[in-house]
Amino acid sequence: MYRYDEFDHRFVAERVAQFRDQAERRLSGELTEEEFKPLRLMNGLYLQLHAYMLRVAIPYGTLSARQMRRLADVADKYDRGYGHFTTRQNIQYNWIKLEETANLLAELSEVEMHAIQTSGNCIRNVTTDHWAGAAADELADPRPVAELLRQWSTLHPEFSFLPRKFKIAVTGAPNDRAAVKVHDIGLRMHANDKGEHGWEVIVGGGLGRTPLIGFTVRNFLPEADLLTYLEAIMRVYNLHGRRDNKYKARIKILVHELGEENFRAEVEAEFNRQTKLDVEVEQHELERISAYFAAPDFEVLPKRSADYEIAFARNPDFAQWVRSNIAAHRRDGYAIVNISLKPEGGIPGDATSDQMRSIADLADRFSFDEIRVSHHQNLVLPHVKQDDLYKVWKVLRANDLATANIGAAGDIIACPGLDYCTLATARSIPIAQTISRRFADLNRQHEIGPLRINISGCINACGHHHVGHIGILGLEKKGVEYYQITLGGSSATDASIGTILGPGFSGDEVPDAIETIVKTYLDVRKGGDETFLDVIRRAGHAPFKEALYAPAQRQ
Amino acid sequence: MTVTEIGKALTGNRLYDGEVVFLTRTGIWSETIDAAAVALEPLSQAALEKRGEAAVANNQVTEAYLIDVERRNGRVRAQHIRERIRALGPTVRQDLGKQSDGTGGGFAAHA
Ligand code: SF4
Repeated sequence: MYRYDEFDHRFVAERVAQFRDQAERRLSGELTEEEFKPLRLMNGLYLQLHAYMLRVAIPYGTLSARQMRRLADVADKYDRGYGHFTTRQNIQYNWIKLEETANLLAELSEVEMHAIQTSGNCIRNVTTDHWAGAAADELADPRPVAELLRQWSTLHPEFSFLPRKFKIAVTGAPNDRAAVKVHDIGLRMHANDKGEHGWEVIVGGGLGRTPLIGFTVRNFLPEADLLTYLEAIMRVYNLHGRRDNKYKARIKILVHELGEENFRAEVEAEFNRQTKLDVEVEQHELERISAYFAAPDFEVLPKRSADYEIAFARNPDFAQWVRSNIAAHRRDGYAIVNISLKPEGGIPGDATSDQMRSIADLADRFSFDEIRVSHHQNLVLPHVKQDDLYKVWKVLRANDLATANIGAAGDIIACPGLDYCTLATARSIPIAQTISRRFADLNRQHEIGPLRINISGCINACGHHHVGHIGILGLEKKGVEYYQITLGGSSATDASIGTILGPGFSGDEVPDAIETIVKTYLDVRKGGDETFLDVIRRAGHAPFKEALYAPAQRQ
Repeated sequence: MTVTEIGKALTGNRLYDGEVVFLTRTGIWSETIDAAAVALEPLSQAALEKRGEAAVANNQVTEAYLIDVERRNGRVRAQHIRERIRALGPTVRQDLGKQSDGTGGGFAAHA
C-alpha cells in the first residue's frame, strides 16, 4: 500500500491545523457562514439535514486494517457507531459536530487519511477497480497510476477552481469494474503487440442531470505521456468549460458542444504545444510509487484447495456464498472475497463500527492487511487463500456480512436520499429496503441472475440510477415522493444509459413494479444464460411496458 | 373543538453541531418542533424572518428559513416531508435523531 512520505505527513498535519483555526474562527463568529462554507467543503464537511456530514477520502478504495479500525473508532467517538460507504469508494459520517471536526481530522491524519478534495470544483478522489492487483483478468495493477494521479491532482493550483467537480476512474482490466465510461475522464489499460502497456483515454462521460457515455479521445496513449496528456485535457476544459451555468459546466457538456472531433483536435493541439513534463522524473516517480503496490508475498499453492472443496461440498450455505461472492484471483490457490453490505432489508453501504473491526481483523489475518471499497458500496478482501475461505465466511456470517447476493437483485446501490441528504427530492433507502425484502430468497435471486438495481434520491444521481439495469430515481410532486424507473443502463465495459420506462410510481408501488419487471424478464428470457440486460437489449422496453402499464390502461 | 392553525415556523441548523432547531416564542432555539412559534399572518411571519436573519448574523444558526406548518392540539406538524424528516430524524434509523431522544415531532414522516 502507498505510505505517506514526510512531505505528505507534514502537508496533511498542516491542513488539519489550518482547518482547526478556521473552525474556531467560525465558532467565534469571526468568519461568516458565507466565508466558512467553501473552507469546510474543501475539507469534506457538508451540512446535511440532521447534522454535519464528513466525507473521508479513501484513495482508489484501498484501506489497511489499521485504517479501517480507525474509521470504526471515529464512528464510535464522533458519530453514532456507523459509517456509510459510498459509490465513490469513500466513507461518510452522518452525525458530525463542527466543534469536534478538527479533532476527528487529526485522528484520521495519524493513519494517513483525510477529507481533502472530497468536495468542491476540483479533481476528486481517483477511483478504480476494487479488485485491482488481485483480479484474474487484469493486465496490471492500476493503482500506481491512480496514486500518481492523486499526487498530481492534489492541490494542483491550476485545477483547484475548475468550472465544476471532476472525477477520474482507472482500470487495468478488460472487464470494466470501475465504470470508466461514465466519468469525466476514464482510463483503461491496454497492451500492444509488443506487450507494452498504454492507456485508452475516455472523456466526457457522466451521470447527473445529463447522463452521457464518454468517448475515446486516444486509443493507446503511452504511459510516459499520461500526465502531459491529462494536463492538456484539463487545460482545454479550464479554458472552454462553461462557468456561467452550473448545469452546463461539466466536461461532458463541453465535449458535447464542441463535438468529439473538435474536442480531440483541441486536446491534441494543447498536448503538442506543451513542453513535455519531465518524463524521466515521472517514470522514476511511477517506479517509486509502484514499489508500494508490489504484490504481497503470495505462497505457491495448488490450483485447488482440498479443505475448501470439502467445505463447499458439505455446506450448502457456504457453497451458495462462494458461488455468489467469490471472484477468481490471479494467483493459484487464492480468491477475492466480496463482502456484501446489503443484508436483507439493510441500508446499502452502511457498516457498524463492530463490523468494520471484524473486517479489519479478517484483513489482518487472511488478506495481507488489505481491504477495498467497491463503488457498489460493498467491501472486498482481495487476497484470501482458498484454504481460509470457510473460516472467513464463518466470521463474516457471525457479523451479518455474509449475504450471498453480490451482483444480484439484493445488491442494491442506494444513495442516502431524503433520509439524510439536503439536496434530495425523495427517499431512496426505504425503497432499497423493501425491494431487498421482496427478493430476500437467495435461491430466487440466483435464479434471476445478474441484476443491478440502482436508486438515487435526486437527479444528481449519486446512486448511479442511469447505469442500473433497473434504475430508480426519486422525485417529488407537491411534497409527495414518486419514482421514475429506467431500464437498460450499465456501467460495465458495454456501458449504456438506461431510458425511462413510463409514468412514475409512488413509493408503495415501486416494489410491485420491480416484481412485475423481473417476472416479465423471467418469462421472456431464452434460458438462464440470457441475462436481464441481454433481454432489454434484445427485446427493448415493449414487454416490460406492456406488463406494467397495460393492465391499468385496460381497467 | 380542535382548531388547526396553519402558519409558518422558523428553522435552521445550529452552528456548532448542525442540530435542527426551531425558533420559539421566547426567542430561544429549541430542538423540538412542538416548541416552535407559529406565525399565522404575513406580518408576524416577516417578523420571524427578521429574527432569523439576526440569528444567522450572530452565528447561532447557519441559515434560517420559514417552513409551512400546522398546529393542532399543541403539536406542530411540518407540511413538507423534508421538514418532517428534519423534525424527526432518518425514517430508516428510528433509533437515532430526535425521534429517539424525545424531541421528535408528534407525526410520522411519510403520513
Ligand atoms: S443523488 Fe441526490 S439525494 Fe442522493 S445523495 Fe446525491 S444529492 Fe443526495
